[in-house]
Amino acid sequence: MLSRTADHLFWMSRYIERAENLARLLDVTYQMSLVPQSLDAINQSWAAIIALNSLEETYAAKYSEVTGENVLKFMVSDPDNFASIHSCLRMARENAHAVRGTLTTEMWETLNSTWLEAREKTFDQLYQAGIGDYFEWVKMRSSLSRGTTLGTLLQDEAYHFIRLGTLLERADNTARILDVKYHVLRPQGDEGATDFYEWGALLRSVSAFEVYRKVYRDVITPERVAELLIFNKDMPRSLQFCLNSVIKNLELIANSNSGETQRQAGMLHAQLRYGRIEDILEHGLHEWLSDFMDRIYLLGNGISKDFLVPMEEAA
Amino acid sequence: MNFYNEMYDANGGVRAHYKGYEDWLKATPPERIDRKRAEADLAFHRVGITFAVYGEEAGKERLIPFDVIPRVIPASEWKSLRSGLRQRVRALNMFLHDVYHDQEIIKAGKIPAEQILNNAQYRPEMKGVDLPGQIYAHIAGVDIVRAGAGEFYVLEDNLRVPSGVSYMLEDRKMMMRLFPELFAKHKVAPVQHYPDMLLEKLRAVAPKGVSNPTVVVLTPGAYNSAYFEHTFLAQQMGVELVEGRDLFVKDEVVYMQTTQGPKRVDVIYRRLDDDYMDPLAFRPDSTLGVPGILKAYQAGNVTLSNAIGTGVADDKSIYPYVPDMIRFYLGEEPTLNNVPTYMCRKPDDLKYVLDHLPELVVKEVHGAGGYGMLVGPASTKEQIEHFRQLLIAKPDGYIAQPTLALSNCPTFVEEGIAPRHLDLRPFVLSSGKCVDMVPGGLTRVALTKGSLVVNSSQGGGTKDTWVLED
Repeated sequence: MLSRTADHLFWMSRYIERAENLARLLDVTYQMSLVPQSLDAINQSWAAIIALNSLEETYAAKYSEVTGENVLKFMVSDPDNFASIHSCLRMARENAHAVRGTLTTEMWETLNSTWLEAREKTFDQLYQAGIGDYFEWVKMRSSLSRGTTLGTLLQDEAYHFIRLGTLLERADNTARILDVKYHVLRPQGDEGATDFYEWGALLRSVSAFEVYRKVYRDVITPERVAELLIFNKDMPRSLQFCLNSVIKNLELIANSNSGETQRQAGMLHAQLRYGRIEDILEHGLHEWLSDFMDRIYLLGNGISKDFLVPMEEAA
Repeated sequence: MNFYNEMYDANGGVRAHYKGYEDWLKATPPERIDRKRAEADLAFHRVGITFAVYGEEAGKERLIPFDVIPRVIPASEWKSLRSGLRQRVRALNMFLHDVYHDQEIIKAGKIPAEQILNNAQYRPEMKGVDLPGQIYAHIAGVDIVRAGAGEFYVLEDNLRVPSGVSYMLEDRKMMMRLFPELFAKHKVAPVQHYPDMLLEKLRAVAPKGVSNPTVVVLTPGAYNSAYFEHTFLAQQMGVELVEGRDLFVKDEVVYMQTTQGPKRVDVIYRRLDDDYMDPLAFRPDSTLGVPGILKAYQAGNVTLSNAIGTGVADDKSIYPYVPDMIRFYLGEEPTLNNVPTYMCRKPDDLKYVLDHLPELVVKEVHGAGGYGMLVGPASTKEQIEHFRQLLIAKPDGYIAQPTLALSNCPTFVEEGIAPRHLDLRPFVLSSGKCVDMVPGGLTRVALTKGSLVVNSSQGGGTKDTWVLED
């Protein structure tokens, strides 16, 4: 497969996944802002989203204060914000457009119509109609595109690059959500009802609320939430699940240059395969997650260098 | 002016080959057709069968209007068209080989040397280069119109990167989806094997010694007006769609960058003009091409389709000589007509043209896409005066032709069904062995009342083209 084609497929799937994860994060934050609490606390969680995406400067250039509506507007539909859902859907479509001949008709039609529909929506309409509906729509469109991929695409290299992009992006996002929320929700002794709602919301943001109940059959505690999102091998949005799939897909596309990248992925995978939540918490979850995200970033670079950028340029 | 109507004869009676369709049309409620038309629009839009329009907002894509009334051609007419097309394209390929080799046609005094050798499209780099099968134009899009009492005329030969074949195929797919019952009733010759035929032809012209060639389609990129077609053809043939930046040349061999390392490329169906192909040989500012590809090509290590330098044969200043080429190379009388053409570089012709501007169509010699032309009868005094000045200033830049009474076909437009002018672009494929084409081609229709310009850049639409089998 052409390196450029693989590159477009990889980024196409990353952008779809990113749009979905953003919708999940914004949705949970929005839902939480409806639970009675101090305005300070609410605004703090909105500010965390801006920080999570390292967008403080871009945001400050446009908006003077951090409010739910402003952050939503900025992160949902602002075309100038390259990290907004709107931009992600556009980039997903542009990448797909560049390789539309490699995609199946169903995949292309899904991505193209997602973009055409997204383009029609104005933020005010969405906000009036209930922004939650929009987040559901984004999640469904992402599911649809994963579904048409799974249901129609030949499981060859193209498929492996798409999976690689999806899972790498998802691992990064799950780690981010956990990091920012764990930071905000750091256990402070008063285990009131708010905590239950907040941790519950976090689980819901990664579709893991029912999973938690099934796995632990117990009350929700921060440690177990972290354990579930990091170590559960069967939950599609956990870090271990993502890395399992990353190393499998990497093996399937391996070439003579990719040994080092595979080694790095294997090391990261081994940590998740054999690690324990107690050790991580003792060491500091935030530090561990930061390190994890750094390594995911390096893994992405390694993949780019080994497969996506023409070899002569990379050499 | 009286126009030949594709569906009805001069007395208003329906032509035999349209009888079945007309019966169906009469019996079908207009609401149903309207619904189907809306369905087609939606589907084309969703699938993204669009083309980009230059000069409009960057990246803007527009739908080419699709008309649901087919253009029907009876078997007998198609047969004679086909043999005329074969003859014409064979002669054009022989002409191209000749002008880059022995130049017999110049020596024989049939075409003035400067007409060929000073033509901007003539590429001296191609002199003495031997091509597989001696084929230059592997794909030719020949524009044909029907005029007067129904005779066919060749309007121009597109031998560089003719486009539109994807619309031909998509239009057929759409018609079969919307109106399957029509196809059950009519024996419409199939066209869907075009990509197969194209792949076969491309493989047949691989460099010497290559038994299982790697074929690719080269596109200028996603913002090119015909990008949809490029992806469509690559996908239908199951070959890679590449951009210039995906290719590189090493030791006069072309490779593409793949995830498994460099892979050799043997045949390139390129949809990029000569000028942009190789910044080392042609335009140095081109970022779309491949540095060094001309050398690889001259060395016979890669086949370009169409060949570099085919433009010299489809130039409007060469067009008037095509019938002579057919006589010269094949020793046959041309079966397809040329439109009588005045070459403004000849003083007598220029005088005639200047005296008759309001009746003539004037075209820029290198123009394309319906830009830079004057349709005399449809122009204002100011426009005619403007062209008069252009002609006087640069006579060799223009040709002129009588305004043809292009045929009409019933077409759905805002006021209902009304006659609109159309043309036909069959896609003629050549390899060393044979000249071949699928029955029919792309029918383009001018949607504006009275307009004779069918180009999609000028708001033209398309119709499915039916060649009926006996």
